[in-house]
Amino acid sequence: MQTTLRPRRSPSRTETAFEAAVNVFLWAFRIILVLIVVVGSYLTITSGKFTVDTWVTLIINGAVQGGIYALVALGYTMVYGIMKMINFAHGEIFMIGIFAGYFTAEILEDFGILNASALASLFSITLMMIVAATISTLVALAVERVAYRPLRHSPRLVLLISAIGASYFLQYTVRGLVGPGIFKYPTIDVMEEETGLPILSALGMTWIQVIVIGSALLMMAVLYAFVMRSKQGTAIRAVSEDKEAAALMGVDVTRAVVITFGVGAAMAGAAGVLYGLYWGQVQFYTGFIPGIKAFTAAVLGGIGNIPGAMVGGFVLGEAESIGSLLIIDGLGVPSPGQLKDVIAFTILVMVLMFRPQGIMGERLSRSRA
Amino acid sequence: MTAQTATAQTSADERPDWSLNTDRHAWKPVVIAGLLFAFAALYITLVGLVNTFHERDTIEDVITLGQTMLLVTFGSAGYVGATRAPKGPLNAIIGAAVTGLITGAALSALLIVGPALDLRDFFPNASPDLYNLLSGAEFFELENTREMWRGEAFPVTFWFPSVVAMSVGVVGGLLTLMPRRARNLIVLVIGAIIVMGMFASVVRSPMLQHDATSGVARDIFSSSGLRMPGAILVAVSVIIIYAIWVVFHPRERWRAVPAETKHSPLLTIPAGALVLIVVLLLPLGFTGFIPAVIALIALYALMGLGLNITLGLAGLLDLGFVAFFAVGAYTLALLTSTGELGIAQWSFFVAVPFAMLAAMGFGILLGLPILGIRGDYLAIATLGFGEIIAILARSDLLKDYIGGPNGILNVPKPLASMGIEIPPDHWLAGPNQIYYISLICILVISFIAIRLRDSRLGRAWVAIREDEDVAEALGINLVQTKSLAYMLGAAFAGLGGAIFAALYGSIISSSVNLNVSILIVTIVTLGGMGSIPGMILGAIVIIGLPELFREFAEYRFLFYGVALILVMRWRPEGLLPSRVGRQELHDDEPALEGEEKPPSSPGGPGEAPATSTGGA
Repeated sequence: MQTTLRPRRSPSRTETAFEAAVNVFLWAFRIILVLIVVVGSYLTITSGKFTVDTWVTLIINGAVQGGIYALVALGYTMVYGIMKMINFAHGEIFMIGIFAGYFTAEILEDFGILNASALASLFSITLMMIVAATISTLVALAVERVAYRPLRHSPRLVLLISAIGASYFLQYTVRGLVGPGIFKYPTIDVMEEETGLPILSALGMTWIQVIVIGSALLMMAVLYAFVMRSKQGTAIRAVSEDKEAAALMGVDVTRAVVITFGVGAAMAGAAGVLYGLYWGQVQFYTGFIPGIKAFTAAVLGGIGNIPGAMVGGFVLGEAESIGSLLIIDGLGVPSPGQLKDVIAFTILVMVLMFRPQGIMGERLSRSRA
Repeated sequence: MTAQTATAQTSADERPDWSLNTDRHAWKPVVIAGLLFAFAALYITLVGLVNTFHERDTIEDVITLGQTMLLVTFGSAGYVGATRAPKGPLNAIIGAAVTGLITGAALSALLIVGPALDLRDFFPNASPDLYNLLSGAEFFELENTREMWRGEAFPVTFWFPSVVAMSVGVVGGLLTLMPRRARNLIVLVIGAIIVMGMFASVVRSPMLQHDATSGVARDIFSSSGLRMPGAILVAVSVIIIYAIWVVFHPRERWRAVPAETKHSPLLTIPAGALVLIVVLLLPLGFTGFIPAVIALIALYALMGLGLNITLGLAGLLDLGFVAFFAVGAYTLALLTSTGELGIAQWSFFVAVPFAMLAAMGFGILLGLPILGIRGDYLAIATLGFGEIIAILARSDLLKDYIGGPNGILNVPKPLASMGIEIPPDHWLAGPNQIYYISLICILVISFIAIRLRDSRLGRAWVAIREDEDVAEALGINLVQTKSLAYMLGAAFAGLGGAIFAALYGSIISSSVNLNVSILIVTIVTLGGMGSIPGMILGAIVIIGLPELFREFAEYRFLFYGVALILVMRWRPEGLLPSRVGRQELHDDEPALEGEEKPPSSPGGPGEAPATSTGGA
């Protein structure tokens, strides 16, 4: 069905006046955006308000944030690859991971393990991530079973609305369970210290930053190996490629979908712990915005493309971290930090408009996926 | 939920087989059902629904809504357990008892584990109040119950929910053995009492205003629910109505009635006139906060109609509805406000077209770049726009112009903005004028929507919704057609925002959030995409019920989430679907005359045929 080559716009057809106007408008749009970026950056750099150290800090912050986005984006991109749907509830799965990590940390602190020694802290963090990944996976599988599986053959709009419903359901379930307040993550003292490692300490990186980036990279490597090397990973890729053909070849499609959801949720849950450790607080609403941004990262990298999601996550993290100072501050906007989120959403809209295939992906959003 | 899961088992008609099924595997579904209901019972208690509803009575001094909720869960567990059990009345009763017991056992486990592990640290709803309720401490009137769960490791009556759940479960299971009509009657009576208990205050407050009815109101309703005479009255009236219905409607299966039954004009014209009179006089019968709720329902119905064009006709899922809503609201507020941020102090009616134009302009500005994107991507892109606008609204960047978090205040009511002073007790005072304005707008938009739907443009929208590629091949200019739908939707969103600002007399940045978009998407999908009466029903359910039933308010988005999933799963065409919409989503139903069956995409092996709505 998808394989028939169909020229999108035959060259012989003349453009209507309307289409010409649209094109002019789109070009003006691009030029204005480029101007904003260039002028803003230029003004910021020439003003000399910020030192090199500030930029280094921002870049490290961006990498930390980007690692978390990348882990969450993997879930979006894998589920999109296999089911061709935007798993709207994925941000909530991430939020549930943050909460699971929070409760585990509280229990560990009660037992006096959390800050007992550096090794105990490391053990605690590992345990938190395992618990969070488990709980997130269980919730995601339940959501898949209840809200998605019965609708697999429905129109995609139906599936998307169901996913929005699942997202709200999870958000307000958590609100009901734990209350609407903001929960402060317990501090792990070792994590705030600077590392004694040669290059990293020169950059002023703390242990927590090293751990977030390191474990994000490690998890991505494991996931990549799983998808590319293992039998189940092959099944997942086969189902993403062509569901019917995979089914005919004896691949259990339902199982592949379930595993995809599970793996994506486990990544999101573990990322939740990293997020909680880094930002130090969580609320029932916390998952939503990072969720959308992680989706942006997935689109940026090329949706359905696993390495793309990783690259996209880091690019988005850096863009957000540096962009609010580099571009917005240069334009003389008061409190540029408020507009940080605008950058991510603008990138999302821009990518969808001008390069829907993302950095590394195929052209999917316009084609009949 | 019982109605869907239960396949009616009418074993009563045949000779009952009282033997006990001893096959272990035959009982597996019963245990699974029990575990699901156990989960549901734990869910409603820990999420806090039971606690919240426990503060309201179903019947005063007899039973609270929270207790009702638990009992209904137990009863449903028993009912489902009985239907899942192997055939035979004895098996059914045992099945009901098993599911009931499993459900109750989960709550008993909570009573043991909860206090011991200090579950309250994590889940604030696992409070002594909950334990008192579950363990029957209130029921047994045990004094100083606090000691009971702190001093002991667990409440002494931890077995209480298990016993209650099992007994109520058996009662629920017995329902399956009854004749169908008796069962329906019992369910109806219980349902009616619960509903009347929930909405007692809504019915009570207008009755109290009139001397003739205030005495009756006091006898029937307490301040938070029904009184015993009221409950009996409700039960008796339901029985009478059901008896009348059975006598005059002796059809066996009402679902078998053809979808299109022509009513005679003798019936429809008076009915229409009656509806019209009720709609026109509706807000005049109430005082207090209810007229404001009615105005709000009308406003959201209006916005639902606006999104209905974008989503229902053209199939563009627009989650950035709130962006245009905000543009309309802020434009109107700037143009009419008498506060310091107001720039023109125009009259409402002059400002509204400008608000709509501004929203439309934004619609073009934002729509043109992204309308080449398909389906679910469009949803996310528009969501991004909505967030951008929301961030801008509360940012310092625009604070000097639109007030940031403080917003724009002193937006006059429409008539006040024209310099007409309305005394507070006049029939056009306060929200009522908003209601009538919304009503007029609803009529106009409905007219526009119907005319558009049947026009060439409307057909083009539907074609795009069904299949973009085919539509393009047939010569439809995709971007142009889509942007028209998007612009119209934006204009009506702007109108909604403008009326919203006038209704509340202000617009603040916290009113601009994604929940507005989600509310309206929920209204449209619940009511039925493409259906105009559906929008009104959707607005009543989604906006009206939570406003009227205040305890509900905290959980409204929880219920919207559930509603979206359930509607998509069992009735994707919505509650009051349009004729076409109903057909499109149900391939198995015969096509109506003059309408062709929509093309269904060829499914793979073993796949059910699926129609392609939206940007597949």
